[in-house]
Amino acid sequence: MAPRIGVVMFPGSNCELDAVEAITDLGGQAELLWHGDADLHQVDAVVLPGGFAHGDYLRPGAIARFSPVMEGVRALAADGGPVVGICNGFQVLTEAGMLPGALQKNRGLKFLCATARLRVETTDSSLTAEAKVGDVLQIPINHFEGSYTCDAATLHELQAEERVVVRYVDNPNGSVDDIAGVCNEGRNVVGLMPHPERACHPLLGSTDGAALLRSVLVSAGAATPAGVRR
Amino acid sequence: MLFSVLVETRLRPGIADPQGATIERSLPALGFDGITNVRVGKAIRFVVDAADEDTARAHADEVTRRFLINPVIEDADITVAVAETV
Repeated sequence: MAPRIGVVMFPGSNCELDAVEAITDLGGQAELLWHGDADLHQVDAVVLPGGFAHGDYLRPGAIARFSPVMEGVRALAADGGPVVGICNGFQVLTEAGMLPGALQKNRGLKFLCATARLRVETTDSSLTAEAKVGDVLQIPINHFEGSYTCDAATLHELQAEERVVVRYVDNPNGSVDDIAGVCNEGRNVVGLMPHPERACHPLLGSTDGAALLRSVLVSAGAATPAGVRR
Repeated sequence: MLFSVLVETRLRPGIADPQGATIERSLPALGFDGITNVRVGKAIRFVVDAADEDTARAHADEVTRRFLINPVIEDADITVAVAETV
């Protein structure tokens, strides 16, 4: 049985179909979940995709965290199920208090749309289980509010517990400690600003994102093919 | 009773404010000198129906803390006043 991965669609999400496509190519069964439905329909894992949930009004993620679906997402995470927030999804997870810290406007106020190099810092997370420590992955970024920030105590905790999952090789946005992605204490909830779903096919210029999304499939509890299907 | 509430949000001290920094950098080019410490925040206004001012303030405090600010990066000043009747 292919693992069933729910991809949440908020009003204003715009990367949900990219995520569905990439997950399907990797042998997963992707299902769109509407934000207004608290029922996750027994999916094994959840991806919160990129975009502008609820228009990013007030702050990115500030309103999305009150969407009914987040009750289900919290319950899945509490059960140890993989929950991955990509870009706007990362912002939602920090606003929801499911991941520490916050995402601030980029240093230099520049909207960034580029390919970033990410270094895998730990394989002990639902996003990196199938990668290797030290791997440098080419993954696109596409954000204005992606500068990760947190207080000194939180940063110390993240470092001591090796919860910085991926770091930028060339910090593009001013994130503290070059942080591109972090996980929770249980290591099943992960957020990152870069878009692995946009780097899963040779036509997109990089297939490095496949290792990350395959990790989600594997973490979701099912064997999956070791490579892009087509 | 109706009370008007003004919530002024701002980034906490030590949190980088690229908007404020950009505005500050542009000021000399426009001929404005001697302006420093530019910080950009938001002003959010609403009206609360409550029995008295303390209750209105408590409501405003809670909605601010739980929703209007992200306490990781933001603070707020809250001003409550009896709403002027039209």
